[in-house]
Amino acid sequence: MAASTHTSVLKHHFDRLDQQHASERLGMWMFLATEVLFFSGLFGAYTVYRLYYPTEFEFASSKLNRVIATINTLFLITSSMTITFGIRSAKLGDRSGLIRYLVLTLLLGTAFMVLKAFEYTADYEERYMPGTLFRSEYNAAFEAIFPTDPQQKPLSREEAKLYFEKDAQSEHPKHQHWAAELVLLNYRKSTADPDYIDPGKVQLFLSFYYIMTGIHGIHILAGLGCLIWLIIEAARDAIPPENYSTVEVVSLYWHLVDGIWLFLMPLLYLAGAGWVATY
Amino acid sequence: MSAVLTRWGLSTTPPPEPPPAEPNYLNHNYSIWSWLFTTDHKRIGILYLISITLFFVGGGIAAGVVRLNLLAPNGAIVTEDVYNRAFTAHGVLMLFFFLIPAVPAVFGNFFIPMMIGAKDLAFPKLNLASWYVFMLGAACAAWSVLVGGIDTGWTLYPPYSTRASQASVVPGVLGAFIAGFSSIMTGLNIMVTIHKMRAPGLTWNRLPLFVWALYATSLIQLLATPVLGITLVLLMVERMWGVGIFDPSIGGDPVLFQHLFWFYSHPAVYIMILPGMGVISEVITCFSRKNIFGYAAVAWSSVGIAVVGFLLWAHHMFVAGISFYAAILFSFLSMLVAVPSAIKVFNWTATLYRGSITFQAPMIFALGFIFLFIIGGLTGLYLATLGTDIHLHDTYFVVAHFHFVMVGGMVMAYFAALHYWWPKMFGRMYSDWWSRLAAMIIIVGFFLTFIPQFIMGYHGMPRRYPNYPANLQILNVMSTAGGSILGLGYLMPAIYLTLSLINGPKASSNPWSATGLEWQTPSPPSIHNFEETPIVVCGPYEYAIGVDQMGRPLPEGPGEGGPIDPASHAGHPYPAGPVPKETEVVG
Ligand code: HEM
Ligand SMILES: [Cu+2]
Repeated sequence: MAASTHTSVLKHHFDRLDQQHASERLGMWMFLATEVLFFSGLFGAYTVYRLYYPTEFEFASSKLNRVIATINTLFLITSSMTITFGIRSAKLGDRSGLIRYLVLTLLLGTAFMVLKAFEYTADYEERYMPGTLFRSEYNAAFEAIFPTDPQQKPLSREEAKLYFEKDAQSEHPKHQHWAAELVLLNYRKSTADPDYIDPGKVQLFLSFYYIMTGIHGIHILAGLGCLIWLIIEAARDAIPPENYSTVEVVSLYWHLVDGIWLFLMPLLYLAGAGWVATY
Repeated sequence: MSAVLTRWGLSTTPPPEPPPAEPNYLNHNYSIWSWLFTTDHKRIGILYLISITLFFVGGGIAAGVVRLNLLAPNGAIVTEDVYNRAFTAHGVLMLFFFLIPAVPAVFGNFFIPMMIGAKDLAFPKLNLASWYVFMLGAACAAWSVLVGGIDTGWTLYPPYSTRASQASVVPGVLGAFIAGFSSIMTGLNIMVTIHKMRAPGLTWNRLPLFVWALYATSLIQLLATPVLGITLVLLMVERMWGVGIFDPSIGGDPVLFQHLFWFYSHPAVYIMILPGMGVISEVITCFSRKNIFGYAAVAWSSVGIAVVGFLLWAHHMFVAGISFYAAILFSFLSMLVAVPSAIKVFNWTATLYRGSITFQAPMIFALGFIFLFIIGGLTGLYLATLGTDIHLHDTYFVVAHFHFVMVGGMVMAYFAALHYWWPKMFGRMYSDWWSRLAAMIIIVGFFLTFIPQFIMGYHGMPRRYPNYPANLQILNVMSTAGGSILGLGYLMPAIYLTLSLINGPKASSNPWSATGLEWQTPSPPSIHNFEETPIVVCGPYEYAIGVDQMGRPLPEGPGEGGPIDPASHAGHPYPAGPVPKETEVVG
């Protein structure tokens, strides 16, 4: 390969262009290895707790929004395809094709984040977040059934069911549906009961949910940043065919982020898909 | 020596001294911006050198507070709370901000490209970024110290660190988290460089062992550091929002933190020691004028340590309530990792055997390393043995063990590297006499500091306690006294090395008559290291036949007939002669 024709592309410390590309690719693969290990800490911890607390995890997972998650999965898988088409365009020197595919990828990634934002908002409105929000909702539902005030009588299981049903149908429900369900499920069960669903451990799942999807979201945002940069570069014609590896390297990263989602989806959303509440 | 050369039919004239580079990497631009925005691996190495020296001083001051306080059984100078913060600051600074970057980020950065005949690391901008990230991490750590410091110990165990501690845990943890990224960046850069940028003829089996060692180190940095990263994120989340996965009140398991933490931090001890082992292989061969004994064994034992090192983390948790069977397994695996370490030590010793040994400062440091590392490694076996560890865990015995490997080992190797490569980095020789004196003072001071700690640990003095029974005072006073000598020893290089920059004699391009490619450049090196890509024809340590890696005869080495002061033949007018290009030595 004659270096002289690529002087703008070949960096000064490399001898040959293929060496430069190979380095970039290897560097990205190693970075991906790092990323895998980064998430594997989370996956490992998740596995441990899921084995410890299968019921709580199933319950907690069943309350997440599987519809949004499914649509989001489709978005990400499709975006992995469009970015791959982008590499091909870059290789062929088809600049408009490259830009088109990069923009498509960017749009799909953005759509993912927008949906995710809606999902987080809904979760927040349901107070389905670990910590004080969760505790106060649960305690309120519990209090409604088992008042601390000794003057008031606790409701029977049937009364409690009716009470929560009526509340759910009212215009401004006082209780979140998950809190109601949790209180009903645990009705008069001791904490030692194997069927007892420990609200603490439900929060444990929720911690995983927010941390895992949050960190994944940060990765998506970083990927979107890279895509924008690529689009600008392509628009000012700075990605000649002999430098297509730039697109390839970003695509490797994008595939990884996509791939991680393919693990998050079953672990977080599908774990509770078969959950049926039995009181 | 000339007889050997004739037998091999080589020219006996060493290559001409390359003219001093004009401009070189140091003098081509003096502006501050040319340093802050440099992408030259050599300058970035120097930036790291300056920063980690600062953190070494900071960590040293904290250590001084700890040692002085232990002079009296009830604490001599500070309150117990300050004491906790002092030993934590000491640990965090020394580990994350000195020892881990010490050799890879300074000497790896500077010399890996030069040793493999490249113009720079594969990703120069990433390299610069790594320094900024490192400094950002350091700024967070400094912030944490300024607002009062952390009191958890460097191990940061929850639930104390997440719930009970009143100190500013988050900024310090954030600092370590950020510094981790810089470690990953450096490791990645070095690994890709070694894979893709070797000069023609430089096969894997001709790589200097320092390069092998850093390759293994980078592997660990790449695969272990992210696990620490996520663990620290989880810790911060739990601390800040009160919800997290190590919180026992919601069913979380604090021991899980220990597993994740040690999954990084045990391999991290090999991040700290492996580069040092690489340095030792370079120095020992050069100053005993011999090829390394068992090249393949030394090279692959680095990789072996890196791989096996991932499998023993739970030996730090024998008394943390892990299952009995797990404990036995981890005990066994810990013994296993001593094997590759021992292979190295045996090979170094065999290399020394019948070598023409001279005792310049790098060599004294290297011999100190071997000696002290043996003690550190063997006491590691005491700790890896289940029964003894139950007695020794969390005592000063452990403290002495890891200081023998980390300070007696790695810091010693760091100084060996500093003295070995200083003439190349700055083009100046330092005082031979003072440097040798300093090396010996450091070794003596080290012994005095840490041998008593083995004894007091064995007698049950727990680590991290500010108070101790009065009968242990004599040992503590000895240790503090030794610490003062050690501190003095560390101060000396700061002085004579700095002085050498001002009025040290100019160093020749190859003052130690070493074989590596890095010595085939002028001192200090030119901006792009090599004017043309060197062609490598032989292995890295052909001292016996007296040729460098390009197959050219070596200049006269230190202590070979001439006066021992290596500075004395700086600028020696070697007869210039043509170099036989096609010299193919051994395979
Ligand atoms: C020869 C192989 C080695 C073995 C078998 C070994 C074994 C051990 C064991 C079992 C412990 C835990 C003791 C306890 O807490 O009860 C330990 C602690 C430690 N070792 Fe080693 N070790 C070896 C080499 C090294 C090296 C090369 C380094 C560092 C360069 C190192 C650094 C440490 C540190 C820092 C600790 C204490 C960590 C802490 O609790 O703060 N070890 N070692
Ligand atoms: Cu260990």
